[in-house]
Amino acid sequence: MTSRTDALQKPWGDRLFRSFTLFFGLAIVALFVAMVAVLWVQSGPAFEKFGFSFLTSLDWNPVLEKFGAGIPVVGTLISTLIALVIAVPLSLGIAVFLVELAPDWLRAPLGAAIELLAAIPSIVYGMWGLFVLSPIMADYVQPWIASHFGFLPFFKGPTMGIGMLTAGIVLALMIIPFISSVTRDVFLLVPGTLKEAAYGLGSTTWEVVKDIMIPYGRKGVAGAVFLGLGRALGETMAVTFVIGNAYHLSWSLFAPGNSIASTLANEFTEADGDIYTASLIELGLLLFVITFVILSIAQWWLRRSEGERA
Amino acid sequence: MNDIYKVPGEIKISVRNLDFHYGDKQVLFGNSLDIAKNRVTAFIGPSGCGKSTHIRTYNRMFDLYKGQKASGEILMDGMNLLDPKVPTQELRHSIGMIFQKPTPFPMSIFDNIAYGLKLHSKMSRGELEGRVETALKKAALWNEMKDKLNQSGTALSGGQQQRLCIARALAVEPEVILMDEPCSALDPISTSRIEDLIFDLKNRYTIIVITHNMQQAARVSDFTAFFYLGKLVEFGKTSSLFTSPVKKETEDYVTGRFG
Repeated sequence: MTSRTDALQKPWGDRLFRSFTLFFGLAIVALFVAMVAVLWVQSGPAFEKFGFSFLTSLDWNPVLEKFGAGIPVVGTLISTLIALVIAVPLSLGIAVFLVELAPDWLRAPLGAAIELLAAIPSIVYGMWGLFVLSPIMADYVQPWIASHFGFLPFFKGPTMGIGMLTAGIVLALMIIPFISSVTRDVFLLVPGTLKEAAYGLGSTTWEVVKDIMIPYGRKGVAGAVFLGLGRALGETMAVTFVIGNAYHLSWSLFAPGNSIASTLANEFTEADGDIYTASLIELGLLLFVITFVILSIAQWWLRRSEGERA
Repeated sequence: MNDIYKVPGEIKISVRNLDFHYGDKQVLFGNSLDIAKNRVTAFIGPSGCGKSTHIRTYNRMFDLYKGQKASGEILMDGMNLLDPKVPTQELRHSIGMIFQKPTPFPMSIFDNIAYGLKLHSKMSRGELEGRVETALKKAALWNEMKDKLNQSGTALSGGQQQRLCIARALAVEPEVILMDEPCSALDPISTSRIEDLIFDLKNRYTIIVITHNMQQAARVSDFTAFFYLGKLVEFGKTSSLFTSPVKKETEDYVTGRFG
């Protein structure tokens, strides 16, 4: 009894705990600031030399020491966009199947299998992409696309397998487990009576999903997509294997390209000279900024559309 | 119960020998009764007695769940609703359902009401607006809602949400409305509004209302069915069931001795 009254009079334990958690919370902020600061300082030489033209220049020539972020930035955005275009509808489909349609005996094993996909190291995805997916893409998929949609500028040129499209597909496979398992959890939270109310008016399963479950879980589904988006933007190894690592800008998605993360992975160890290293670090800073900006815009858009609803 | 109470007037739904199983467990045993057209029929009985299960067979809501099985006959205007050939989407169009907790859809008030209309037919915007207005007026919500049709349905108070759900059900012009404890999550004022509404609606719709509130059953209903342990114990005119129940269980329940 005495110890309990002591604790009531002097909740030093509470205060200690509070300081601990405050410390950890602040440490995150400090880490964030420190990272930006280091990237900023170390990219100084590149920024001094190229200024803002670094952002738009399409040159990347280590021999002449001319560097520009144009191609890796475009490559990062395009490969991410391809990944999202493929992964979001597929993941929604998987989540709907798991929640609404799958027979009970299939639900748990399938859910576990999808979550296991997230546990595969990204380098394995990269190797699989290079040795398995790329030949299939080169021999079957890309020729088929070229013969049916070849009139579009996006599907012209040699079908080599590796390139922007293959990188996007591998990225899509990598983010599907994240988006689909979070979306499934979101759909599981939709109240049963709400679904029954919609079925009760004569909706089909598809109408319940489209009109009730997705709008009800909008915030969560958007969160799941952001999670996938963030991963796709920064994914390094898997992309490096299949994107082709070429500094060309092409309309064709068959053409090899490059992303920020794969440029860094490939070139950091062989970068000689201050400008080269500084340019790579500036690329890293840029990836940081792009991810931050895209996720902020997404958050802002979500909050705005929530506001309209309320 | 061998003799089925003969409701006066026209019969909307005839239930005969309705059994219901959740997997291996039987929960309804040979329920037989007639639901009078354009009257209010109340279902009473202790929790778990099968009232909800019973009305959820009328719109085949149990179809959504595996392992749930109804057998017997539910004849509505001569058509057996349990026949697998009956299209559930259209059936549910003509049998509306209101739940214990209000279930506004995550969309605007207007879209909530328009939702069911848009499911079943293509309408011009003007026609849709007319039907939404009519439905809101029927549910006595028009004056409260007309200036905020674009606001979210989920932002309304509980009582308003429930009346919105009733308006939504009315919009598709059903013949039958099932209400599963429509007032149990509401305050007394909202409850009395819903009761008034049920009273207004009964000339045009066949209404079945499940309630745990005996006074409510006495106030709003013309006929009352008492269920106990999955069996229909007693069914008759509300006034006689409450004042001179025939069965011992019914008497015990309506006088509050158990349940």
